[in-house]
Amino acid sequence: MAWQTQASPPAQPGPVSTPIGSPGPATPPVASPAAQATPSTQGASGSVEVAGAPVQTGQYNAEPMGFYTDTTVCIGCKACEVACKEWNQLPASNGGANLLSGLSYDNTRRLDGEHWRHVRFIEQFDESRSQGRWLMMSDVCKHCVQAGCLEVCPTGAIIRTEFDTVVIQSDTCNGCRACIPACPFGVIEVNPVNNTAMKCTLCYDRLQAGLQPACSQACPTASIQFGPIRELKGRANMRLEQLQGQGVDQARLYGADDSIVGGLNSFYLLVDEPEVYGLPANPQLPSRNVPTGAGLSALGAAALGVLGAVGLRKHRMDQFAEEARASAASGAVDGEVRGG
Amino acid sequence: MRLGRGAATTYPGNLVHSDCILIEGSNMAECHPVAFRFVMQAKLAGAKIIHADPRFTRTTAMADVHAPLRAGSDIAFLGGLINYVINSERWNTDPFFKEYVSTYTNAGTIINPEFQDTEDLDGIFSGLGPYQEGEWGLNGFTGQYDNKTWQYAQGPVGDQGRTANTAQSGETGVSSGQPGAEAAQVPVGPPFDPVVQALLKPPPTSDPTLQDPNCAFQILKRHFSRYTPEMVERVTGCPQDQFIATADMMLANSGAERTTSICYAVGWTQHTYGPQMIGAAALLQLLLGNMGRPGGGILALRGHATIQGSTDIPTLYHSIHGYMAHPTILKQHETLTDYVKAEALPRSYWANLPKFMVSYLKSMWGEAATPENDFGYGWHPRIFGDHSHMPMVLAMMDGEVKGMMAMGQNPAVGGQNAVMQRLALAKLDWLVVKDNFETETAAFWYNSPEVTGGQIATEDIPTEVFFFPSAQVAEMDGSYTNTQRLVQFHHKAADPPGDCRSDVWWTYELGKRLKDLYAGSTAPRDQGFLNLTWDYEPEPEEVEQWAIKDEPSFDKILREINGYESGTGKLLPSFTALKDDGSTTCASWIYSGIYPEEGKLRAASRNPDPVGGPGTNLNWAYSWPANRRVLYNRAAARPDGTPWSERKKWVWWDPNKVPAPTAAAPNPPPGMWDGYDVPDFVANKAPNAPADPNAIGLAGHAGTDPFIMKADGKGWLFTPTGLVDGPLPTHYEPLETPVRNPLYGQQVNPVLKRWDREGNVAVEVGDPAYPYVLSTYRLTEHHLSGVMSRWLPWLAELQPELFVEISPELATEKGIQNVDLVRVSTPRGQIQAKALVTRRMRPLNVADQVIHHVGLPWHWGYQGVVTGSVVNDLALLVGDPNVSIHEGKAFVCNVEKA
Repeated sequence: MAWQTQASPPAQPGPVSTPIGSPGPATPPVASPAAQATPSTQGASGSVEVAGAPVQTGQYNAEPMGFYTDTTVCIGCKACEVACKEWNQLPASNGGANLLSGLSYDNTRRLDGEHWRHVRFIEQFDESRSQGRWLMMSDVCKHCVQAGCLEVCPTGAIIRTEFDTVVIQSDTCNGCRACIPACPFGVIEVNPVNNTAMKCTLCYDRLQAGLQPACSQACPTASIQFGPIRELKGRANMRLEQLQGQGVDQARLYGADDSIVGGLNSFYLLVDEPEVYGLPANPQLPSRNVPTGAGLSALGAAALGVLGAVGLRKHRMDQFAEEARASAASGAVDGEVRGG
Repeated sequence: MRLGRGAATTYPGNLVHSDCILIEGSNMAECHPVAFRFVMQAKLAGAKIIHADPRFTRTTAMADVHAPLRAGSDIAFLGGLINYVINSERWNTDPFFKEYVSTYTNAGTIINPEFQDTEDLDGIFSGLGPYQEGEWGLNGFTGQYDNKTWQYAQGPVGDQGRTANTAQSGETGVSSGQPGAEAAQVPVGPPFDPVVQALLKPPPTSDPTLQDPNCAFQILKRHFSRYTPEMVERVTGCPQDQFIATADMMLANSGAERTTSICYAVGWTQHTYGPQMIGAAALLQLLLGNMGRPGGGILALRGHATIQGSTDIPTLYHSIHGYMAHPTILKQHETLTDYVKAEALPRSYWANLPKFMVSYLKSMWGEAATPENDFGYGWHPRIFGDHSHMPMVLAMMDGEVKGMMAMGQNPAVGGQNAVMQRLALAKLDWLVVKDNFETETAAFWYNSPEVTGGQIATEDIPTEVFFFPSAQVAEMDGSYTNTQRLVQFHHKAADPPGDCRSDVWWTYELGKRLKDLYAGSTAPRDQGFLNLTWDYEPEPEEVEQWAIKDEPSFDKILREINGYESGTGKLLPSFTALKDDGSTTCASWIYSGIYPEEGKLRAASRNPDPVGGPGTNLNWAYSWPANRRVLYNRAAARPDGTPWSERKKWVWWDPNKVPAPTAAAPNPPPGMWDGYDVPDFVANKAPNAPADPNAIGLAGHAGTDPFIMKADGKGWLFTPTGLVDGPLPTHYEPLETPVRNPLYGQQVNPVLKRWDREGNVAVEVGDPAYPYVLSTYRLTEHHLSGVMSRWLPWLAELQPELFVEISPELATEKGIQNVDLVRVSTPRGQIQAKALVTRRMRPLNVADQVIHHVGLPWHWGYQGVVTGSVVNDLALLVGDPNVSIHEGKAFVCNVEKA
């Protein structure tokens, strides 16, 4: 009664055809979340240059790490939202006494300074119910390879880590809000408790200790998978092939290649247009709008100390943030076929 | 009652071996999200997922097929599947099905020719008569069957199962258990083997060709013949194409090479015919050959935390540890020998009942339990009626019951007809609530709608209320028994704050104080309490590191549960070591083996299978009985003992494997069952072993009889005994319904339990004042009555307000917009909720009517961080006749804009 002890190979499209006890798809192709991201025990302590200083990592190799979110197995349980809040000690809206949104089962509504994970619910039903889907997606900061927030942060509070993730350091954030409209995904907002801009850190503290992020660990169905980006891409492509083989023509990856702001370190498998999930089809970085010369002159102006403009700037930035968020959220909220 | 044990036949992880999974009566993704991970793994491996449910839920969102059906119409749907399957070409041509069914089930057993079916009697079975209430007066039955004509033609066989016990305890005059035992001339035990031997009757007769018109298979074929796809659509509202897609998918994924499993939860239990729904699923799985096999079976998704544990070592009134019947005055239970005569099954593993019972009595009374005094059996409390929650609330209303302890229970929100629950609390002399927070039950006397609304004044409530704060799970040693019978130990991590204490501490201290109060009494009725063994004082080293020094010893409790030699205290290796002479002590025989030797607590073992293994994880915690993970797994092999297929290999006969020698058999012949799982069978009983008709216990079963707890070793397609409302599942309407039963003249379950009185009035069929079908249910974001979620801001913000789910069609009809405040009403009460208008709800066409469903999650109350109306104010106290569960999944209401 000896069975194989090696790890099972990844999922193959199509039905199971191998016996129990032999390696193959009869064994769950997706290992438990805890097993997905075993910290590498060999070659640890990679060192990379970040802001000029060599940084020792914990147990993970210093290589791009992130999330692959397979929305087709998301059951909308929101364990990720709660695990994120618990680990990062984020407050609940109004002490928990929130209002019913009426937007499907979504009552936290968006990503902001106190919601670093957010599960979207998209109801798609025709009148006869002969066609019906309820799409769910756990959304989070994309940790863009070309990060708009990082481009615009005037204080250097936003950094790129040795894991290629993007982190806002609260102690050097002055709450200027520049990053809020700079993010094409509407991820960042000021946390009302400490008045600094906040978002997902991809659990930088946990990664440094060789742990996986709280959300992916809590995910019961392995919809949120954490690991080295190159591995995740392989998994995602296999799953995409499987779905396409099953006739899910709309299946696609979003952010897995470099076409979306240079690539997303949190990328998604979707089964509809990105806008349906509140994701921009063609997100743009702030730098695109700024000719090099103008950028220099703006810097020059700043250097001249036009301090009186700061108040006005804050007001404008808030407006931009609101607009950015509204456009990001529109896909989900206006879900063309929501009941009612 | 069809298979032999009241528990899930499989475990969630085994679903990864399924080729098809039918989820019905369960919103598994929302209510069991962690177990649902295995459904998703199966799906990723190519399995088909079917969800049959009135609503489109987060479970449906993951399914390949959604079969929408009217709440409460599941037997019509399952009956349709049964009829479709047995008339299908595949089932009639693939030899697998014939071989499995004719060998492993009672399909061929000849039934009493006087039996009359619902086909003959327009919806009732033979033997129906009026019910006479007994002394208790609150049993509630509306009728009573004499099951004499349901028996095997050769004579009755008994059934030992908790379903039957429930009903027996509530009934007078119906003798199931071991019918006919009263007349048998049997000796007095101990020893009890001669008692059991005297109960033996000739084995049943059978027609292996399944052609005899009185065989179980032919009866069931006739019984389900009217459950055609057209009729299924007419009764359930499920369009025929979705029904047929379901049937074809299950058929195509059953057989030697493939298996289908069924998952259900309280969507099947909370009806006036819930056990019959589950029985229909078991029947279907037996017909499809899915029982006892990997990726097959029925996964009963038990409630949360340790609900399975609370029936194993029960907080139930009608059974004692290990599913033994609670002694009752309603049956011949006068002496221990009488009890054995009524409850033991001579030709089944239940022939060992005397060993389990005597060992249990020894755990109760220790040295005071002797052969001379029937091991203290006479001290054991007896029940005298249905003492389940609903009748007890009525007894509180009537002043019969004067006190209540609510521990981990919040009846002011969670109880059916919660208005009546709270009014009953206000009649008590005293109420103890032990919980994490000041629950609605604890605060009813000043904050219930009846008080704040001026219906009753606080000063007029005589109830003295005591509130005790609870320790949390990480603040105590203990265990959970989860849905798969898996007992998992958890270690104490920290002392609880302040005066918070564990439930064990509280119960132990209460017992000590009561013993002090009883001290010195010479009253015979007090002797049981005085003789009770009650010594769980912790050893110093157990509490050394903690501030709380008097937390009872988990180790001592567990020794008693596992069992030990009465004289020496030596731990017992398993329940096979139990004796009926008092030399062993064991509180719960099914758990015996969990602590088989010093220092070896199997519930705490944490060694998973390697990746790529079969996933039985036999060294991860402990699964009763005997660490078996898939029950009835003898059926995973062909009658000759070889696997049905390489792909579905699980347990098989190895003719060359040599059993370990024992004192009784120093040179055992080769031949043993082997496999990935612990065989649920006699380890060295060959597949071709014949049944010995004169032997008790499992020697009375052949090597091809997988259902070792049943009186004939077979899976029961037809249940001659064990159910009080019929041997075959039959579609009845819920008590409250807008629909006349389209299948039979008989409208509702003819023996269901009703408690009609002021404040608990049912709606008549088709009353236009209450036209909508209402189901109550739970959400992922909250837990039951909200005590463990509505007080937690992180969970509260996810679902902050009570809502009512309605379709846009109904909303338009009633002029309701999304998030409008809506009033939902029944004759019992009315509540307010915000409308959630969604196409996930859909009208169904049923029997030429359009039926609208209304859905209400029931997590809210008047205490906590977020509050809202108590949904159970709407519900009716009405019960299933077998298990006294309420009908929370299908009743009627009205909806109006507030």
